[in-house]
Amino acid sequence: MLVSYNWLKDYVNLDLSAAELADKITKSGIEVEIVESLNKGITGVVVGHVLECVQHPNADKLRVCKVDLGEEEPVQIVCGAPNVAAGQKVPVAKVGAVLPGNFKIKKAKLRGEASNGMICSLTELGVEAKLVPKEYSSGIFVMPSDAEIGSDALAYLNLDDYVLELGLTPNRADCLNMLGVAYEVAAILDEELRLPEVQVETSGERASDYVSVTVDAKEDNPYYGAMIIKNITIAPSPLWMQNRLIAAGIRPINNVVDITNYVLLEYGQPLHAFDYDRLGSKEILVRRAKDGEEMVTLDDAKRKLGANHLVITNGEEPVAVAGVMGGATSEVQDNTTTVLLEAAYFEGIRVRAASKDLGLRSEASSRYEKGIDRNRVYDAAYRAASLMAEYAGGEVAEGIVEAGERLVSEGKAEVTKTRINSLLGTEIEAEQISAILKRLRFEFDVQGENYIVTVPTRRPDITIDADLVEEVGRIYGYDRIPTTYLFSEGRPGGLTPYQAARRKVMRYMEGTGLYQAVTYALTTPEKSTAFTFSEEQENVHSIKVSHPMSEERSTLRGTLIPQLLEVLKHNHHRSIDDVGIFEISSVFFAHEQSLSVLPEEKTYLSGALTGLWSIHPWQGEKKKMDFFVVKGILEGLFEELGLQSRISFESKSLPGMHPGRTAVVKLDSIAAGFVGQIHPGTQKDWDLNESYVFELNLDQLLGASVEPTIYQTLPRFPSITRDIAVVVDKNLPAGDLNTVIHEAGGQLLKESSLFDLYEGERMEEGKKSLAFSLKYYDPERTLTDEEVTKAHENILRSLEERFGASLRK
Amino acid sequence: MQDRLQALKEEALLKIEQASDLKALQDVKVSYLGKKGPITEVLKGMGKLSPEERPVVGAYANEVRDAITSALESKVAELEQAVIEEKLKKESIDVTLPGRPVRQGNAHPLTAVIEEIEDLFLTMGFTVAEGPEVETDYYNFEALNLPKDHPARDMQDSFFITEDILLRTQTSPVQARTMEKHHGRGPVKIISPGKVYRRDDDDATHSHQFMQIEGLVVEENVRLSDLKGVLETFAKKMFGEDRKIRLRPSFFPFTEPSVEMDISCFKCGGKGCSICKHTGWIEILGAGMVHPNVLEMAGFDSKKYTGFAFGMGPERIAMLKYGIDDIRHFYTNDLRFLKQFKKA
Ligand SMILES: [Zn+2]
Repeated sequence: MLVSYNWLKDYVNLDLSAAELADKITKSGIEVEIVESLNKGITGVVVGHVLECVQHPNADKLRVCKVDLGEEEPVQIVCGAPNVAAGQKVPVAKVGAVLPGNFKIKKAKLRGEASNGMICSLTELGVEAKLVPKEYSSGIFVMPSDAEIGSDALAYLNLDDYVLELGLTPNRADCLNMLGVAYEVAAILDEELRLPEVQVETSGERASDYVSVTVDAKEDNPYYGAMIIKNITIAPSPLWMQNRLIAAGIRPINNVVDITNYVLLEYGQPLHAFDYDRLGSKEILVRRAKDGEEMVTLDDAKRKLGANHLVITNGEEPVAVAGVMGGATSEVQDNTTTVLLEAAYFEGIRVRAASKDLGLRSEASSRYEKGIDRNRVYDAAYRAASLMAEYAGGEVAEGIVEAGERLVSEGKAEVTKTRINSLLGTEIEAEQISAILKRLRFEFDVQGENYIVTVPTRRPDITIDADLVEEVGRIYGYDRIPTTYLFSEGRPGGLTPYQAARRKVMRYMEGTGLYQAVTYALTTPEKSTAFTFSEEQENVHSIKVSHPMSEERSTLRGTLIPQLLEVLKHNHHRSIDDVGIFEISSVFFAHEQSLSVLPEEKTYLSGALTGLWSIHPWQGEKKKMDFFVVKGILEGLFEELGLQSRISFESKSLPGMHPGRTAVVKLDSIAAGFVGQIHPGTQKDWDLNESYVFELNLDQLLGASVEPTIYQTLPRFPSITRDIAVVVDKNLPAGDLNTVIHEAGGQLLKESSLFDLYEGERMEEGKKSLAFSLKYYDPERTLTDEEVTKAHENILRSLEERFGASLRK
Repeated sequence: MQDRLQALKEEALLKIEQASDLKALQDVKVSYLGKKGPITEVLKGMGKLSPEERPVVGAYANEVRDAITSALESKVAELEQAVIEEKLKKESIDVTLPGRPVRQGNAHPLTAVIEEIEDLFLTMGFTVAEGPEVETDYYNFEALNLPKDHPARDMQDSFFITEDILLRTQTSPVQARTMEKHHGRGPVKIISPGKVYRRDDDDATHSHQFMQIEGLVVEENVRLSDLKGVLETFAKKMFGEDRKIRLRPSFFPFTEPSVEMDISCFKCGGKGCSICKHTGWIEILGAGMVHPNVLEMAGFDSKKYTGFAFGMGPERIAMLKYGIDDIRHFYTNDLRFLKQFKKA
């Protein structure tokens, strides 16, 4: 809502500047987003009288004018506007004047003729082109003939005004009109309120002799009223009205249309003027449109209507889409003499349906949608009729021809002083509460502590006590509410074990050198399931949003990896090629085609790594990212979580992954994720360098119950370390050997670690050598050589039996 | 004899003084103090001396021996020290060469902001509550006093999956779920961070996915003034001790009264600058007293219990705090962006 500061003065005394007013309104609950000065830096523009206007001797399109500026001598001004003529009163920028954009007017010579000033168009004075009345859109603006020569033109044009743009929340539709804003401002400033006084002299004729009104859709249209105004002369509306419309962002058209718009802005009541003589009947019938019914609207577009839309008809044909737009056939034209003025209450839902389907949003439709004060219909109709009588020469026929209930009853809400103070934390006195309710112009009764408030129909947002608490509080002033501190006895806050563990995982990941990424959950259907590691993930349905913004953001992801590869790609395209990132986010799985219950949500921890893992150039160190770097990161994580002994890595071929360099990660032999190099084909599709990824079900990892830590006594006896090197088949996994070593080593074997892998040329074809360092220890005593030898030989024997391993010589 | 000893002493000390390496010292030691050395020779002649002279000369001989031994030791130490110093000198390095880098990543700036806010509220006795990102219409809207066809639903154009299931547009459904779990018994004191989704075109200030943090307190006798206290504590911790806060009445369907909180501009201190759009105030969050309908729907007696709620956008806070000009940076994850938040 755009509120003219000058216009508002009609209703409320304003002894403060527009900026101060804006500040007070904002603090009291309606945010003033912008205070716009209509004067865009203009000085030196006065009213001039064109005394003489002749063709420029050397230029077809220019005229030479003698203009009286109220000074001793008239000045000569060369003007290019086609509509300039002798006798006109016009805005003139004098020599030395400044126009918007810091455009300074200087003495000039145009094609040999002196020009001492400039006759201005409205756009040259800073008015938006789309708001300039059509007759002046390609020329200078012509002012009323009574404008005083030499006086400040800005005041005539209301360009000394300020416009406050209100950012209205949905509950404050009452401020979508000047009277509503006036009620609000009067309450805030504790000032008197002057409402327009409307007096209509009616002719001897009766409106009901001209028209009958029937409503066939009472739920959509609870009230319809029609007035008849005869002997209208269509002409421009008065300048003050045009100025106010322009300030509110509406282009002036003619007196009748301007008056309906003016009253809309003033009362918030949409009105429509039909050309009575072109209505085609003496009847108004409001009904739902028929499916496929057509009509041509004011904008000359043919509209296809349906049963969801409400139309005004002449008994047969639609003449308007209710609350949205009138029809072309009954539009007010220059030769219109009799106007049928519609003042109706249409339900917001019905108006919204048509406005949405037809793609037409107007000042009227948006007000119906947000809700108007039904009890103002009558006042607004009479206000418009009286203005038509005054400014269009109209004669108003007596009465309003109506259908439905015009008045609705006012609601009640109750609140107590205790409730107000206990909710706000204040100590507002009873007299203060009464004074505030009076300022708001709410009628009320006091019964004991209880305020029984009659809520005016302009404020349907007030229904319960809390609403009244807010009204009292905001007028009282939120800056006067004290600051108090909650104290909570013996209830410490804290993270849940899951939340604490998740933070620990993040810190660990950061410590390994990975940066945390956050990416979008919506992706393409293909990417949403591009990476999987368990059969369970393959038996799910994709979850698409019903109205995606784009295919790229249409489906909820079941894996984080594609978005992380997207991040690698973004960086790669900027020559950032050493990247390690991780993300902890939700993934979504639907177990049914069409969701009837919420989908399953799991938290995944995923990562993507490419380029160099470590680099220290001047010492010649360079380590590329590889499978074992990533695996090492994960092993470290499992140790952090106390899960290392329950985790296994198994080679597996997975979609999008390198078949020989990918492992599924199992927790207690259940798949919990995977790690590996992305397939060279995938890498190419994504336009990446060699890259590694991992994805882990974090809920599964953090959900695993972990034994509490118990201190292990430090060794009191020496341990014995022996190495063992064996030759085995080349494709035997080292992990299998390790498992057997531990089985065979028994109680005494405490640690085994692989320290050498040899597959070189000194090795028999198809064989490799692996060397382990084995540590034996008994916490109770010193081990003897014989015992260790026995255990060691047992290990070697088992390896021979299980894998055909031979001791390396 | 004493003169002879005296001469030997001086001779030895001179040689020690002149020795330039350990080898030379060893030679001195052998030649003067050895069994065949001159001092021993001299002492062999002691038998010729009178019994009175003998102890005097013996003592003097020992004195000479000790002097030479001690000179030798200190010279050895001196030479050893020189050797060490020479070695260390050769080992010296250019300490201005760059060190071996240690890989160290960091949290995403949004996580950093969220954790900072969480930690602050944890100290005030809050717990962190989380909930699903895909929600039912009931928890996302209806339980928050937003029945179907409520005009305020226009404010949040949502990603629906079915007629009844959608991507949550706010983290408030976590409040509704948490209150429900309390079965009408307070106190409730939670903070709920998380991702939310709205049908917005992505640009410098809009994102179809973003973060939110909301807080909720439901207890007996909770007042708007208590909300003011909590928010003031938050504003000072987050944006500096000298911040002032301002509450303005506003509208949210799930609170009544509703407020918007501004903080005094941390850039210009309230004089007006581009960050605060020359108002001296920066809008930080929305809040209010929990609407009685919301309390009742969650099973609380709104006559007995009151509460407050507040909600804010970590992106906005991070953008203000670090001067970030484009919300898309948070989701593009350019490494040059992410690396800037090491100390966040
Ligand atoms: Zn500032």
